[in-house]
This record gives sequence, C-alpha cells and structure tokens, in this order.
Amino acid sequence: MWEYTDKVKKYFTEPVNVGEILDPDGVGEVGSLACGDALKLTFKLDEQGRIADAKFQTFGCASAIASSSALTEMVKGMTLDEAEKLTNKDIADFLGGLPKEKMHCSVMGEEALQAAIRNYKGLEPLPSEEGEVVCQCFGVTDKEIEKVAQNNDLHTVEEITNFTKAGGGCGECQEKIQAILDRLWDTVPKQPVEVKPPAAKKKKLTNIQKMKLIEETLEREVRPALKADGGDIELIDIDGDKVLVSLRGRCSSCAASQATLGQFVQSKLREFVSEDLVVEEVKP
Amino acid sequence: MSGQRVVYMDNNATTQAAPEVVAAMLPFFGEYYGNPSSMHNFGGQVGTKVDTARGQVAQLLGASPEEIVFTSCGTESDNTALMSALASQPGKRHIVTTRVEHPAVLNTCQGLAAQGYEVTFLKVDRNGNLDLEAVAEAIREDTALVSVMWANNETGVIFPVPEIAEICAAKGVLFHTDAVQAVGKVPIDLAGTAISMLALSGHKLHAPKGIGVLYIRKGTPFVPFIKGGHQEHGRRAGTENVPYIIGLGKAAELARTRMDQENTQVKALRDRLETGLLQVEATMVNGDPDRRLPNTTSVSFEYVEGESILLHLSSQGICASSGSACTSGSLEPSHVLRAMGVPFTAAHGSIRFSLSVYNTEADVDHVLANMPGIIERLRVMSPFWAKYQKTQCATPGYVEP
Repeated sequence: MWEYTDKVKKYFTEPVNVGEILDPDGVGEVGSLACGDALKLTFKLDEQGRIADAKFQTFGCASAIASSSALTEMVKGMTLDEAEKLTNKDIADFLGGLPKEKMHCSVMGEEALQAAIRNYKGLEPLPSEEGEVVCQCFGVTDKEIEKVAQNNDLHTVEEITNFTKAGGGCGECQEKIQAILDRLWDTVPKQPVEVKPPAAKKKKLTNIQKMKLIEETLEREVRPALKADGGDIELIDIDGDKVLVSLRGRCSSCAASQATLGQFVQSKLREFVSEDLVVEEVKP
Repeated sequence: MSGQRVVYMDNNATTQAAPEVVAAMLPFFGEYYGNPSSMHNFGGQVGTKVDTARGQVAQLLGASPEEIVFTSCGTESDNTALMSALASQPGKRHIVTTRVEHPAVLNTCQGLAAQGYEVTFLKVDRNGNLDLEAVAEAIREDTALVSVMWANNETGVIFPVPEIAEICAAKGVLFHTDAVQAVGKVPIDLAGTAISMLALSGHKLHAPKGIGVLYIRKGTPFVPFIKGGHQEHGRRAGTENVPYIIGLGKAAELARTRMDQENTQVKALRDRLETGLLQVEATMVNGDPDRRLPNTTSVSFEYVEGESILLHLSSQGICASSGSACTSGSLEPSHVLRAMGVPFTAAHGSIRFSLSVYNTEADVDHVLANMPGIIERLRVMSPFWAKYQKTQCATPGYVEP
C-alpha cells in the first residue's frame, strides 16, 4: 500500500481536466504502454498568450493520474515562459509530496508540458531526443538524467531510477548512470548548502558546540535514513565523548540495530563532529 | 475500514485464519505452554498434540507423519529444499526450475546462479503450461534438483507435478515442488507419487502466518538448513512453534474435509465472477482455463493500469491484487504474465481475484456491480483507449515467449 497524501488521493479519485482539447495550440505525448505509464497533454492559449485551458489523458497508476491532473491545474493562467520553468518538483510539492518510488510520475508531467510547449513552437517533442539513450528499457537519455539530477539534487543511481525509471528494467545501464552522476557532480559545483566546512569539524569544540553539532548531524544525516526504514532515533544524553541514544520504531526491535548503531550512526557522528565519539544504545 | 463492507478476494496472498483454527490454538498460548522436547509430562502432553497435528497434515498430503517437518513459512521450506539438494550432493551443481516460480524459489535460484551454480529456467507457453519434454531434456548428469511449483500464485495454472516427478525419478534426480497455492485446493496423495520434497504454507489454507511445512520423502538425502537442536528429528532446529503447529493441524483437517466444497462452491463463484468480468469490453483471462485452481482468476483489463484499478476497488471495500507493481524498483509487470508473452496492453492491467470458502454470492455481485464503472472511468482517461476505439484494432497479439 502506498502512503499517498490526501491531495494525491483527491486528484486521483476526482481528477479535473480529463480529456483532450480538439483544436489545441500545443500537444505533448510522453511515455508508452510498454513503460506502464503515458500522458497526453493538450493546451489552448488565450489572446494574451496565457494558457487558457489544459487537458490530460493518462494511462498509469494513481500518482501518475494525480500528477497529470495537478499539472493541468497548475499551468492554467501561466505564460509559456512561466510554464517552461515548471519542474517535476513543483508538481510533487503541489501534491504535498509523492512516495520516492513514484517521483517518475511527476517527471512525466514535466516532460509532457515541455513537449507540448515545444510542439507549439514547432520543435521536436523533447530536447532529450538530442541526447544519447542510456536506458534501453525505458528510452531514457543522458540529457534527461542530467537534467533531473540537477533539478532534484540526485546523487545515486537508485534516486535516478525513482525519478526517471532509468536502470529499473534489466539494470544493465546502472554503471553508465553512475558515470553520468560522477561526471555531473564532479564538474558542476554543488549549490552551497549550509554544511559545516570540513576543516571546522575537526576543530576543538566547546561542549555547547559539540552538543549542537551532534543534534544537527543526527537530524540531517541519520534520522532520514532510519525513517526510510520505519525507525527513528532519539538523543538521550551526551557524557563526554559518549553519545547515548535510543532507537525507536522498527529499529528498536531490529536484530541489525547493533550494526546500525556501530557502523552507521557512529561513523556519521565521527565524520561530522569528532573522531573520538562512541555511540551507546539505551534501551527505552 | 470503519464499518465498510469488506469483500476479500485476495486469498492467494493470505487467508483468514478459520475460527476453528484460532479456537484450537488458544489453549497453547495459555495452560499448555510446555516444551514438547521436555522429559516431564507437562511438556510431553504438548508433544503428543504436536504429533496429532503432524498426523493431520500427513493425512491431508497422503504422507506419513515422519515425513512432515514443521518450518516457519513456505519460503523457509523452499529454501531448505534447494539448499539441502545441493548440500547433500556436492558434485551436482545444476538446478532446473521455471520462469514463473514464486520469488521464494525464483530469487533463491537467481542468487545461486550468481554464486556459480547453474540454473535452467524453463519457459511456459501462452497458457502458462510447461512442455514436459523440455523438462526431461533440461535434466543433466550434474542436476541436483528439479523444482517446479504445483500451482501458480498469479494465474492459478496447475502444472502436472506428479508426471514431472516421474520423469525425474526415472532419471534418478530429486524433485521438489512449491505447493503453497495447491495444498487444500487440489487433491494431493504423495504416497502415490515420486515427489521428493514439497513445501506448503499455513496462511494460505486458513492457518495463521508464520508456520509452514516441508515434506521430505523417506529415503531422500537431507541436510538441515537451520542447524542447532534435535527438534523435528534433527531436520529443523529450533523450539517448535506449538500453537501455530496445532493451528495448522486443524486447518489441514478442515481443508481435507472441505476440499470438495472448494471445488464446487468456490469454483462456481469464481466462474460466475469471471463470466461477469469478461462482459467488460477488451478483457481477457490469463492462464489455461481448463487447468487452473478452482479459486483463482487473473483478468486483464486492457489499456488501464492495475494499481489504479486496485485503489478504486479498495475504496469499495474490495480486496484483490495486481500483477503490475508500478514501482521504480520493479517496473516490469508480472514476471509470470511476461513469461507467458501476455502483451503489455494487458499485462499492466491484470487483476487477480482469489476466492475462498468464506466468499458469497453477494460478494461476487458487489464486485460485478462496481467493476465496469471503475474500468470505464479509467479508460475515459487513458490515451490508448481513445486510440483503440478510433481504430477498433483487434487486441495486439501475444509476443512469443
């Protein structure tokens, strides 16, 4: 069972703008039966060049239908310049988020919109067709992978599969995807995110600084990973270099929890806070 | 779920524990908590009850009680059979199985192949049937085991397992069958067959989850998978899961007495459901209609996607399942339907209904009242449906598997 937001459920069960505009200004068709989802988007412009109406036809799962319907709502009233800037992330955000394995549904929405705008301009359906096909199973090109990776800050092959499906079929292209990511993130400087500069990590910290940094590291580096597996972690106390934590949810009953603590939590804290830290579990 | 009527037609996924089964188990959570291996009477009386359950399971299968080993689930039984066949015949490094096995066998065999063992995955035809000559041809000098499921979980297609066992016996090769979907639904008399090992799972026949059985024919070379104590005559270590064993015994007894009912009443309901569903345009049944479990139907609704159908069904309280997963982890629709060459138009929109003795005429009516509307709504949305209607082209052909 998927954890869909109420908004996804609403746009799935009561989709708006279903259908096809018969004399459209732009038509975008992406996906295929073989891939398991497909979207046909049509729009009509008003005299000011704004999107007056948009309709969709979608073959796919609940999140594909919801993403398509949401897209048509979002673009109404936009100029083509505005619509061109709309990304898959905007669609997912509009819906209150999508399960990560379903992000490719929002990407399909973005691609259909781009294709429809290009159709209006008399261009080829997708700029990505200029690229080289990397994933033969789903016909995904290197250009598409790069674009989605940049727009969504994706760094792993698994994330790329979630967003584009590339690598999710036979899996043979996974090494190529990794190579694209390596190339992309080595050459493109990452957006400055507020991570403490590495040099600061190893500096002697005051107790207050150390506590704060431990809390931040658990929040940023550890908790999301545990939550993805249905668990959680709570900071109980810090006693010198000893960090006392308690595992919650699935983690607490998990036989692998000792390994979780030792290898994962401790290594993260040592990496970001101090080499001397020792993590111990307190049973709740 | 609050008060909404639930129509449960997903019994190949799991079944309701029968009330009689639950009642039989309860005392073993309470006063009869002894360890069957203990030397005192308090434990010994529990051991006697475990023996009774073993007898009940043996009777359902037409086996001897000492050929029954209790495990934790069907998957453990399957793994035990595969590993034992390899461990007991160290010179033999080849396994024969099919492309349509349950992941308990399929993924385990793929893992063995990655470790350097050789595995032959046999094809099926468009009806989901195996070619028996191909089975015989696949067997080699170094074949340790042939493992073929008795009935398919997705389509319900039944393989001629006793005949395959004969082929293997004639060549002196061990034969294992994953009979998780078959036990309780088709008559099984192991004494009259050459089957070496058979796996079953309690929760598919109205016992609870967490209990399974591996049948090991007398004289079959065997190496335990879970090692430790001497329980189960040294064939499966670990203190017996007594309440669940008692429950499975009761479920086996019920299955034996209810088998005819399953074959008539449940089949009649299934057939009526299937006939009704096929009234919807552009639908088809997957799997050989004449060689199927009496409770299962896999119907493909073309040009719509399975998850969407399931969610609409679920909102009407109807529980079924789909061969299509639509997750980026497994984007390929059902490996079973693809192995049969079912076209993508149909594979993505396949829905499996699997019934049980607890289903009623009213349940079937409820599904038939809702399904056409759901399919209609989704097809109005589907770009392919519009194209199909414009061209009225015939259903795309099967891809030769």
